[in-house]
Amino acid sequence: MRKDHNLEKRKYVIGALVFIIVIIYIVRLFGLQIIESKYKDDADTNAFLRKAIYPSRGIIYDRNGRVVVYNRPAYDVVMIPRDVQEFDTLDFCNAVGITVENLRQRLQDMKDRRLNPGYSSYSPQTFLTHLSAEDYGRLQEKMYRFPGFFIQKRILREYNYHGAANVLGNIREVSPADIENDDYYSRGDYTGDLGVEKSYERFLRGEKGEEVLIRDARGQIRGHYEDGAHDRKAVSGKNVTLSLDIELQSYAESLMQNKIGAVVAIEPATGEILALVTSPTYDPALLVGRERGKNYSALRKHPQKPLLDRSIQGAYPPGSTFKPSQGLILLQENIITESTPYPCAHGYINGGLRVGCHGHGSPLPLKPALQTSCNAHFCWGFKAMIDRKGKYGSSAKAFEVWKNYLVELGYGYRLGVDIPGESRGFIPNAKFYNKIYGEDRWSANSIISISIGQGEVLATPLQIANLGATIANRGWYYTPHVVKSVQDTVLKDEYRTKHTPSIDRRYFETVAEGMRMAVTGGTCRMANLKNVEVCGKTGTAQNPHGRDHSVFMGFAPYHDPKIAICVYVENAGFGATYGVPIGSLVMEKYLNGEIAEERKFLEERMLNSNTIISSGVKKH
Amino acid sequence: MESRNTNHSLFRHIDWITIVLYLILVTAGVFSIYAASYDFDHASIFAFDEFSGKQIRWIGLSLALAVMLLVFDSRIYEDYAFPIYFTLLAIMAVTIFVAPDIKGSRSWLVFGPMSFQPAEFGKFATSLALARLFSSYNFSLNASRGNYAKALAIIFVPVVLILAQKETGSALAYMALFLVLYREGMSGMVLLTALCAVVIFVVAVKYSGTMFMGIPTGEAVVFMLIMALMVLLLSAYCRHGVAARNVFLWFAATGIVTWILSLCGIDVPGLAYFIPVIIVACLYCVFISLRNKVRRMLVTVGGIIAAIIFLFSVNITFTSILREHQQKRIMVTLGMVDDPLDTGYNVNQAKIAIGSGGFAGKGFLNGTQTKLKYVPEQHTDFIYCTIGEEQGFIGSTAVLLLFLTLIIRVIHIAERQPSAFGRVYGYCVASFFIFHLAINIGMVIGLCPVIGIPLPFFSYGGSSLWSFTILLFILLRIDASRRSHPAYF
Repeated sequence: MRKDHNLEKRKYVIGALVFIIVIIYIVRLFGLQIIESKYKDDADTNAFLRKAIYPSRGIIYDRNGRVVVYNRPAYDVVMIPRDVQEFDTLDFCNAVGITVENLRQRLQDMKDRRLNPGYSSYSPQTFLTHLSAEDYGRLQEKMYRFPGFFIQKRILREYNYHGAANVLGNIREVSPADIENDDYYSRGDYTGDLGVEKSYERFLRGEKGEEVLIRDARGQIRGHYEDGAHDRKAVSGKNVTLSLDIELQSYAESLMQNKIGAVVAIEPATGEILALVTSPTYDPALLVGRERGKNYSALRKHPQKPLLDRSIQGAYPPGSTFKPSQGLILLQENIITESTPYPCAHGYINGGLRVGCHGHGSPLPLKPALQTSCNAHFCWGFKAMIDRKGKYGSSAKAFEVWKNYLVELGYGYRLGVDIPGESRGFIPNAKFYNKIYGEDRWSANSIISISIGQGEVLATPLQIANLGATIANRGWYYTPHVVKSVQDTVLKDEYRTKHTPSIDRRYFETVAEGMRMAVTGGTCRMANLKNVEVCGKTGTAQNPHGRDHSVFMGFAPYHDPKIAICVYVENAGFGATYGVPIGSLVMEKYLNGEIAEERKFLEERMLNSNTIISSGVKKH
Repeated sequence: MESRNTNHSLFRHIDWITIVLYLILVTAGVFSIYAASYDFDHASIFAFDEFSGKQIRWIGLSLALAVMLLVFDSRIYEDYAFPIYFTLLAIMAVTIFVAPDIKGSRSWLVFGPMSFQPAEFGKFATSLALARLFSSYNFSLNASRGNYAKALAIIFVPVVLILAQKETGSALAYMALFLVLYREGMSGMVLLTALCAVVIFVVAVKYSGTMFMGIPTGEAVVFMLIMALMVLLLSAYCRHGVAARNVFLWFAATGIVTWILSLCGIDVPGLAYFIPVIIVACLYCVFISLRNKVRRMLVTVGGIIAAIIFLFSVNITFTSILREHQQKRIMVTLGMVDDPLDTGYNVNQAKIAIGSGGFAGKGFLNGTQTKLKYVPEQHTDFIYCTIGEEQGFIGSTAVLLLFLTLIIRVIHIAERQPSAFGRVYGYCVASFFIFHLAINIGMVIGLCPVIGIPLPFFSYGGSSLWSFTILLFILLRIDASRRSHPAYF
């Protein structure tokens, strides 16, 4: 057989053809398997159903170990759209207690990417939330009839007390923004809203666990991936102990019924807040479960704004409760001594200006001035300081010194309480007045009303109570906080750091004595308890909205104080009318555990009074 | 004495490299089938009621068959080539009428628990017949048109029978035999033409969505390819350097002018540019060929004109001749439509399975996509997915290289045959392997449209395994006694 060598060369062409095909395929495999990572993720979404296991949320106790907030299981119906097969809709609706229209609407909403941006037919979608225990039981039995649906256990909150909503906060479903900001969350998760639930969310929420289940092409679950080697257990949330005395809190809330305002009680030695009351308030249980949305919007629309935490968010004129701070500054700056008398002619009259006062002896040094709440004394003192150009150079410079003391005492900036939304109040600085009056065109008389806590000065009830605590401690304070301890965790440094304003301890002693005198023989006589030496200072804060606000700041006992307090009742008149009784009752309750028989009438009066209808304010 | 001697020399002369490759591939195949059909409840790779167990039984029978094929005298294959071929044709013809309808195809002959696909066995019969034809005395493909007709008839009769069984994939496999014709003297232009047709088709269809110079981008690109092809043919095929240079300069000059015009804001319509320019180039070539009587020049011009006509007919072919599901398969393969739930589901899942294997794979039996049945037909046509997922880039490349080695070895064996019979038969074997490898793996990794043909030795099924075993071992038998072939002396 003759061989054709020309044709034999064609074996190379055929060989090369195979070679090229194999090379192309290897390059393609390289691309698919090594360069492109998309397929690995796709494979995981195909094969693995990652099911979250929700940890139980931390329990919240009060300072005496009483359970305040605990958990209740709730059940959500979750579905994976692409796994859902034909099912008996009527049967399903009956089991979960909804109508067929509801079901259709819900399915439509779920698929609407505007309402549900995370929608994917491959991932679990929350279909129905908060199934009742009975519905859960009924559905559980029938679950096998509804492939693609499953029940997800959730944690809801249950409350033992109906108060302290502002401190406790609540939990809500995460918003798209939450998911954006924190990788931890996925759609349908819960997060703390307001109060401790929000500020201590990271401790309370614990850590979600995960079950990695394998799912075949028909959507059937074939068990745990690698026998559960990739599963993660959920870690329970940390329990939180509040510094709040929940009984005291409830008592104070009941005294504040039908009044608008706030009560703040602090343990001076630690800065722990014993009660943080805002009024009107609401039952935290309203914001749990399916009714949450409806109730929340009703609270938002309520004319008296129950969602506003007046104790830390309300910025009020402090009125005469500001005077102790003035005494401290004047003494420290050597403007006055304990015995410097200032005259009072039914008020402060200077340069065509008159700040009224009520009848008492004249002239008065500091302590009796505090006792009688003499306006004139503090106006004169303020004028003496601000206008002492020889010492400070100018009114503006003197004013800056004045302002700095107040900042040291906790005014003008947020104190840093451990719940969200705190207001900073307002202490003006020299610049502020320069703007209004022009540089060097103002003096003490231009702004004299701030010396008695009126005018531009604003403070939160928390800041006022904090001043009470600072005086009680005779010169220092801890940042007030509502959480005493978190399980297995050390409290943040800022709640364990002593703040000491640069004012001498003996001046605090003087002021405290003045406040003691106000109780024994001055404006706060109503607060004079038999067996406890109470110190206090009233305030009657003028305001543009209606009747004066009734304010009280105090602490007790005089020596070795256990509680400092601020009561602020909007548009309720004299400080002595509401502030003092409520403040003294709260202190008495805390220190004695009960109200003395002869003071029951006072308690009764406070419980039953209504300042809202007589406030003279049409719209709050 | 005589027979002992023969057996002894058979043992000595048989190509052990091929046998080792065969055994490796078949063993890897069983493991892949076991992995592909592995379920959580599965007991054993040898359980005979499972795919892997059944495949082991098929392999056992194949080995027996292989030994039997080796024992026969090699001359039997040559002498009985036509009888075998016609018997198979008869069986295939009968199959059309007696086979049950399985998923629309009537290609399986059922004998109780066993069923066979005659189309698979047609492969070795056709190869034998083709080899026999080429080994007739003084046969040369280019000697007469009649020889071409005979060769093509041998190839196309089974193709028609298989198409009648509605097994398009298996029928297409016989097209691989054109490689044999090429080796035996058919003009390379035929393969080149086929290649050009595929390229024109793919480019024109894939880029038909966007516009360029007023015509679909695909068309414009094809015109440019045709221009390049023309220059190439003139220089390499006609060996007329001057013509090639002039045509190139003509194309380049007109192209630059058109480009400058478009920069100046005058857009020349695509057809108004390409067609006249190419026609002028063709007229120039015709002019040269008239003067010099260069026949190849005319062939070139004819080819170019045919290409242009083909281009214009692509759209009609695509929309009116192909059925809708075929159009869709092509569009999915070309990446024009993304349809992971319908037509593209198989390919998409196959790509996910392979892609998720990574470099080293997930390990034997650890593949999730194949275990959880995301890939359809994973133990048959899509078996390569299991390898890709569990053995990763290393394993899937190794399989490709094993096949490459086997094919190169088969070509080598074919070339060393003293007789045309052995050589042609060897090339038939190589061609079938090339086609199955290219189309099956190409389909699984998304480079070819989905055509349901098995991966030799890997895909589950007795017919395919036996068919390739027979193909290979007849070649080995012929090869073992090549030294005693009359042509050897």
